[in-house]
Amino acid sequence: MALIACQGASFGYEGNRAVTGLNFTVQNGDYLCVVGENGSGKSTLIKGLLRLKNPIEGSVLMGDGLKPAEIGYLPQQTAAQKDFPASAYEVVLSGRLSARGILPFYSRKDKAVVNENMERLDIEPLRTRCYRELSGGQQQRVLLARALCATKKALLLDEPVAGLDPVVTQELYRLIEKINKETGITIIMVSHDVLCAVKYASHILHLKNKQEFFGTTAGYLKSTVGKAFVGGERND
Amino acid sequence: MINTLMEMWQQPFIIRAVVVGVLVSLCAALLGVGLVLKRYSMIGDGLSHVGFGTLAVAMAFNLAPLQISIPVTMLAAFLLLRISESSKIKGDAAIALISASSLALGVMLISITTGLNTDVCNYMFGSLLTLNKDDLVLSVILAIVVFTLFVLTYNKIFAVTFDETFARATGVKTSLYNMLIAFLTAITIVLGMRMMGAMLISALIIFPALTSMRLCKSFRAVTICSAAVSVVCFFIGANTSFIGIQVRQGHGYITRSLPTGATIVASNLIAFLVFSLINAIKEKIRE
Repeated sequence: MALIACQGASFGYEGNRAVTGLNFTVQNGDYLCVVGENGSGKSTLIKGLLRLKNPIEGSVLMGDGLKPAEIGYLPQQTAAQKDFPASAYEVVLSGRLSARGILPFYSRKDKAVVNENMERLDIEPLRTRCYRELSGGQQQRVLLARALCATKKALLLDEPVAGLDPVVTQELYRLIEKINKETGITIIMVSHDVLCAVKYASHILHLKNKQEFFGTTAGYLKSTVGKAFVGGERND
Repeated sequence: MINTLMEMWQQPFIIRAVVVGVLVSLCAALLGVGLVLKRYSMIGDGLSHVGFGTLAVAMAFNLAPLQISIPVTMLAAFLLLRISESSKIKGDAAIALISASSLALGVMLISITTGLNTDVCNYMFGSLLTLNKDDLVLSVILAIVVFTLFVLTYNKIFAVTFDETFARATGVKTSLYNMLIAFLTAITIVLGMRMMGAMLISALIIFPALTSMRLCKSFRAVTICSAAVSVVCFFIGANTSFIGIQVRQGHGYITRSLPTGATIVASNLIAFLVFSLINAIKEKIRE
């Protein structure tokens, strides 16, 4: 069974439909990139997948025993975090919260998972550093480690490279690819950057307030909508 | 001076005042960290005005002030969060709306009933020494409840404060914890009003957190540091207020005692300035 399956789903705010007619499936180990212009419903879809928002119509099914709370989520940064006094370790540790349930304190196992993920992302040296004093790329790695702590199966990344410089952006893309290949964790990523999307992703979902395209990356590059969008970017 | 202090510390009403003061300072400082970081600093101010309004009502009808004030202020905290989450009135405007209305109601009730007597002034500007035994018992119980709940939900409060969206996505009931923070704040404020006064209680919540954020780099350090700063500042402020200052009158000097709330705020302000200075020096050295 598919990990996530959208069947005729629509999402929106206060009766306005932000995105409609979603029919797609995500299999275990896929790397799906959600592309589209600003306001095309990408962020709304993310909220829907996380069950922060119920579909107006249709349904979102999760298979393989995946619970919405077990999706590792990397949200866009908020302004409040820019001056938040927290060590990198504390931020990553908060990713284990879903595994805690109502228990108040973290266990030894939680801490082991945190250490493992910090090592995997090469942020062990940043452990006691203050989150607000890290560079943009380091902050994203910390948040990625936190997301990894929350999941064994799927990561949902909302514009992970927004505001990063080109070198750091490429590093982060390679890191995400490595996580996908080595651990088999499914990646769903929302991105502006269609060129990198087609470079790394196995599947593409193109939104324009409705589903314009869903399929493999190779199929997307041959489709009319894909040719127009990728081509348009190249001419910029 | 030492003798005066020694003598004072043997008085039961001073001991009562110090026990309540330490507990309230501790709770206020712990909750303050989250409130400041969540940009909810003004909630403390708003709720203290609500607390004052309800105290006025309680006094007008000869009811027990704390027992009426705590539930009503908790209700106001609930409303404030609901309004700022869901409606079109933004958070700060909602606070101004509710706090000004309840202050106005309180002042009106006071002038038609008791008038501005000492009791009212005590609640406006604080008086630590008028606490009776019942106040003490209630304050100690509630302060322990606030402290225990804070420790047990510490990790969740961190997650909800740092990143509400992520916390919600991982299945934390964020509105429940926001509500809990508001409730605990409401209790702390009403307890603290007796000592600090409605006008100054919000300082007890905001100052220690801001002070420790000058120097501390992690959430845990900020929390522990602000608890310590708050208790130390309370001791310094309270003792200064007990001793008072010597004022020249005619040919001699007389001792005037200072209002407790104001001296505690003043010592918090000094702590804040000292921490800011240390931070500035540290940054200079690093350059």
